[in-house]
Amino acid sequence: MPSLSPSPARSHADAVAALRASLAQGQAERVAALPFGVPEIDERLADHGLDGAGLHEIAAATSSVSDDAAATLFAAGIAARFAALHGTEMFWALSRFDLYAPGLEQAGLGPERLFYAQGTTDSMVLAMAEDALRDGSLACVVAEVKAADQTATRRLQLAASDGRTPILLYRRHRSRDRCPLSGLSSAMTRWRIGCAPSAPLPHPGVGRPRWLVDLVRQRNGNPFSLELEACDDTGRLALPAAARDRAAAAAGAAIKAA
Amino acid sequence: MREMGRRSEAAEHVFKAMPADEGGSSASPPAISWSTLWARPTIMIARTGQRDIVTSACPVALEMGLRPGMAAAHARALVTDLDVREADPDADRASLDRLALHAVGHWTPTVSVCDADGLWMDLTGVTHLFGGEQRFCRRLLRFLEWLGFTARIAIAGTAGAAYALARYGSDPITLLPAGMETQAIADLPLAALRLEPQALHAAARFGLERIADLYPMPRGPLAKRLGLATVRRLDQARGMVAEPIIPVVPFETPRVERRLLEPIGTAQAITQVIGDLVDDLAIQLQERGMGLRSAHLACLIVDGSEQRVAIGTARATRDPAHLKRMLAMRVERIDPGLGIEAMTLAAPRVEELKSETVEAGLGRDDRPPEIAPLVDQLAGRIEPDMPFRLSSHESDVPERAVRRIAPLAKPMGWPGWKRPIRLLGRPELLSNVIALMPDHPPRRFTWRGASYRVVAGDGPERIHGEWWRSAREMWAVRDYFRVEAAGGERFWLFRRGDGVDEQTGNLSWFMHGMFG
Repeated sequence: MPSLSPSPARSHADAVAALRASLAQGQAERVAALPFGVPEIDERLADHGLDGAGLHEIAAATSSVSDDAAATLFAAGIAARFAALHGTEMFWALSRFDLYAPGLEQAGLGPERLFYAQGTTDSMVLAMAEDALRDGSLACVVAEVKAADQTATRRLQLAASDGRTPILLYRRHRSRDRCPLSGLSSAMTRWRIGCAPSAPLPHPGVGRPRWLVDLVRQRNGNPFSLELEACDDTGRLALPAAARDRAAAAAGAAIKAA
Repeated sequence: MREMGRRSEAAEHVFKAMPADEGGSSASPPAISWSTLWARPTIMIARTGQRDIVTSACPVALEMGLRPGMAAAHARALVTDLDVREADPDADRASLDRLALHAVGHWTPTVSVCDADGLWMDLTGVTHLFGGEQRFCRRLLRFLEWLGFTARIAIAGTAGAAYALARYGSDPITLLPAGMETQAIADLPLAALRLEPQALHAAARFGLERIADLYPMPRGPLAKRLGLATVRRLDQARGMVAEPIIPVVPFETPRVERRLLEPIGTAQAITQVIGDLVDDLAIQLQERGMGLRSAHLACLIVDGSEQRVAIGTARATRDPAHLKRMLAMRVERIDPGLGIEAMTLAAPRVEELKSETVEAGLGRDDRPPEIAPLVDQLAGRIEPDMPFRLSSHESDVPERAVRRIAPLAKPMGWPGWKRPIRLLGRPELLSNVIALMPDHPPRRFTWRGASYRVVAGDGPERIHGEWWRSAREMWAVRDYFRVEAAGGERFWLFRRGDGVDEQTGNLSWFMHGMFG
């Protein structure tokens, strides 16, 4: 017991200060940036990872359904890693439900980690995402919208920093040839994902999928573009091993298709 | 033989109560039954003042001349082999209350306990469910017999008449047609009217014994002599004054109400009143150890109409801040019209909610944060939908393997077969498919106007139809392939049929999902 202290009030004040410090430390831990675990990406990102209290936009490179699926899987992988980091739940708000939950589970988002809500309009989805962000009890929020203007993204960004929760805003294509990321936004990072041919296997079968990951814009940093291997069952991306002779590999692919 | 009795009742024989072995003979030998042959006479006694009084006696004891109200010592002296037990009025009352609750749940919503030994039931519009009054009474008697009770039932137009006929009538079941109350109870003793003891005593002094004796008497003097309560009881029994039955309520719904001095119409004022109501309700719920799953807010408008708003919660709660926030989201739906003059908040669905220990960890708590309040809030945004979770369903057919469950339920995972991230709502037919049979992925196909050249494929994964669902799926087979097209697109295709047997499908190809 720290006896002979000058006054009990002062020791109380010290204890409260220590508790506050530990609380602040806990909060600081919570919003640390989430690295991808791929040095080539993390070094080029301003925070060396994705900001744990910010807005990140993800869109498909083209309006084709497979690019759309790749972008969804990219978002699911990030969400899965956020959920695994905090050990809490995540929330997916959308207006048209065509996700397939077994596929999400194979990206690391198990059904016990994820709950959904389906709104009828984009504004409803955005309102739900904002509620979920301000609640602050979730590991990550994903919202699928077709349209979100500067005001909407600004609101989401503020809500994310208030609730110390990351949000992945999945922008669906509205028309065939207009990129959804062309408008203004307050997002910390904006990603564009497209499918790329996978590395041919020495035996018949489909190899690990590859994506063209395009960081269109980031705050305090430069855009870049990379070809990456798709996320595994814990949502982690990987850098493909350099192919020794791509031309020869491409020629052999047609034979191995069957 | 009317020397000693009152006019209306036959006098008992002087020696009737004397046991047979003392020379007297029983007036009517008891009917032989198992109970009379085997049972010991039993009486219940209770101590009043300095002596024990018999409060009730079994049929065997009644046959032997033991009567409620006689001294216990006297009873013991009259019958040697007597089973004497202490009366327990509290337990009697409790079992009668239980019977009343059972009646509320099974027979009629309006039931009330009447005195220490009876029940009142309002059978209006109920007996037809049991096949009429006669059958209902027989059924009730059988049920009570099964429980070990003997009972007498009277159905009459007024509660007073039913009381009188059930206790002083002659048959176990009395069905009185409407409007016959006055004649039916005319010959019954005055005690059947539920009079005060003083009134009964006074009536005995005036020589009034039967209820019919009261009919011709002028009401003023009658009230003066026997009390106003007597006149009221008489009128109630004859149906001239209404006598409502105050029903037993099995469970009282938590409910709070605020009546307002002046009608209110602004959202701010309504929110204020909602806050006060929620605070009151939270205190009430805390005292009863309950949390609410749904709450109904009723606003009474000045013109007599009512506006209703309801909320539901995903988990039992009594947190005032949470409830206020959820109700505040619905304030805009209340149309105050000319003004609201009263608001009621009720919790029709409640669950037990004990207090929880709060960890004093200050942010170092390892428990995952509670998402139930968030779920409620989201549900408020998308009413009438709910947030949901997806769980596995026991089916191999991909579109049937997923089902929606409640957001706080525990979901189950899926087996680890490779599955796409997005699934088409309905498989789409492919055209111009070139494929080797029977178990190779297609080389080329055309889908949505675009032609694809396949460079790699996995499969087949064979999924059989569920024959227990429909006859069409009896032999149906789908062979699923995961293919990659030349541009890097990865699809999930299937072919109907196994390529060998005609019955399993027509070998058409379908697009079903997209891998990223």
